[in-house]
Amino acid sequence: MLEGVMHSLARLGRNVINGIWRAGSMARFFGLVLASSGTSFQRFRLVMREVYFSGVLSLIIIIVSGLFVGMVLGLQGYQTLQKYGATESIGVLVALSLVRELGPVVAALLFASRAGSAITAEIGLMKTTEQLTAMDMMAVSPMSRVIAPRFWGGIISMPILAWLFSAMGVFGGYLVGVVIIGVDNGAFWSQMQAAVDLRYDVLNGTVKAFVFGVAVTVIATFEGYDAPPTAEGVSGATTRTVVTSALMILALDLVLTAFMLRSAD
Amino acid sequence: MERTTIDLWFGAFVTAGFVALLVLALKVGNLGAERATETYRVEARFDNIGGLKVRGPVRSAGVLVGRVQEIHFDNDRFQAKVMLALDKRYSFPKDTTASILTSGLLGETYIGLEAGGEDKKLAAGDRIAITQSAVVLEKLIGQFLFSKAQEEPPRKQEEPKKAEDPRKPEAAKK
Repeated sequence: MLEGVMHSLARLGRNVINGIWRAGSMARFFGLVLASSGTSFQRFRLVMREVYFSGVLSLIIIIVSGLFVGMVLGLQGYQTLQKYGATESIGVLVALSLVRELGPVVAALLFASRAGSAITAEIGLMKTTEQLTAMDMMAVSPMSRVIAPRFWGGIISMPILAWLFSAMGVFGGYLVGVVIIGVDNGAFWSQMQAAVDLRYDVLNGTVKAFVFGVAVTVIATFEGYDAPPTAEGVSGATTRTVVTSALMILALDLVLTAFMLRSAD
Repeated sequence: MERTTIDLWFGAFVTAGFVALLVLALKVGNLGAERATETYRVEARFDNIGGLKVRGPVRSAGVLVGRVQEIHFDNDRFQAKVMLALDKRYSFPKDTTASILTSGLLGETYIGLEAGGEDKKLAAGDRIAITQSAVVLEKLIGQFLFSKAQEEPPRKQEEPKKAEDPRKPEAAKK
């Protein structure tokens, strides 16, 4: 029995030390990516290709989910607001919750599972098949040729996807609130316009999306680059990308929201 | 420079993103429409401003005519000093009344302006002399209870009780 306890303690310790180790190497990796991203801007075509793969191909899922989230917000909000006779505020509810929270957060979660996992799997497979080593042998830095363009592509895509998500969500809320339920069109938009502030709501949402973009792409590229060069290793790295990104997005969201709400007062 | 399909997609993607941002800014956030108009500043002092906030609306006859610009506490007179930015398109008489109102029971607090009868108009930097403070619900309930207690002497209620009380033990005995 004592042996079992010692064993689990040892495993816990190993996991903690391993986690700290990985956090350290991820930070060093982030610095390395920033240092070697000069090529990405000299040959911007590389970044555009990555924007196409991580951004443009995510458009369908972002637009459709944004529409559905907005419609659900409209329906749920109507149910509650009806009790207080304030159904015209449905526009405020939909717009504020989308622009401040749901737009950046849900778009980032979808981005992590749609594009982040693909980045990890691609880089992991390149490593497994020794393409990265081959590049190194040809004096082409895999950091600046493979990793950095994916990093910048993700950073460019993420705010754009969040804006599209929010805009589609507001449209979904409009469809349910005004077209189906029949809330007054003028009150819907005017109350929304009175409540949504460009500086505190739209800009802060964009800052959130940008931070999430950095977090997701750093995690995705690092996991791919760090993956054990086996089939199992790549699959494990892909799973870790999605799990770690989701946790990071939600944790960062709490921190950013705490900062932003304080500065708004 | 050679054109590729990726360029087209990249352009379309970024354009769609900025269109979405423009929609958020103009349609959802209402950028520009209010800030473009010129304003003049008027001062008003209140005993109690209730839940009034900076950037809160100033309405006259229900129409938005300006915004609350600053709120300070005047330590000499122990009153709230509110600076209003009124739209230059509208002018009000000097004896206009400003009162703190609430739209609906749970709605936002705003300043209502009611025009007076004087010929002279309010100019920039003027002070609105006649003001009405926010209604504090607790005070109102307190006053109501106090006046109710004064109206009805408590004896009227006690007398029928005394008449009833002796019967009950009798009914129980039977």
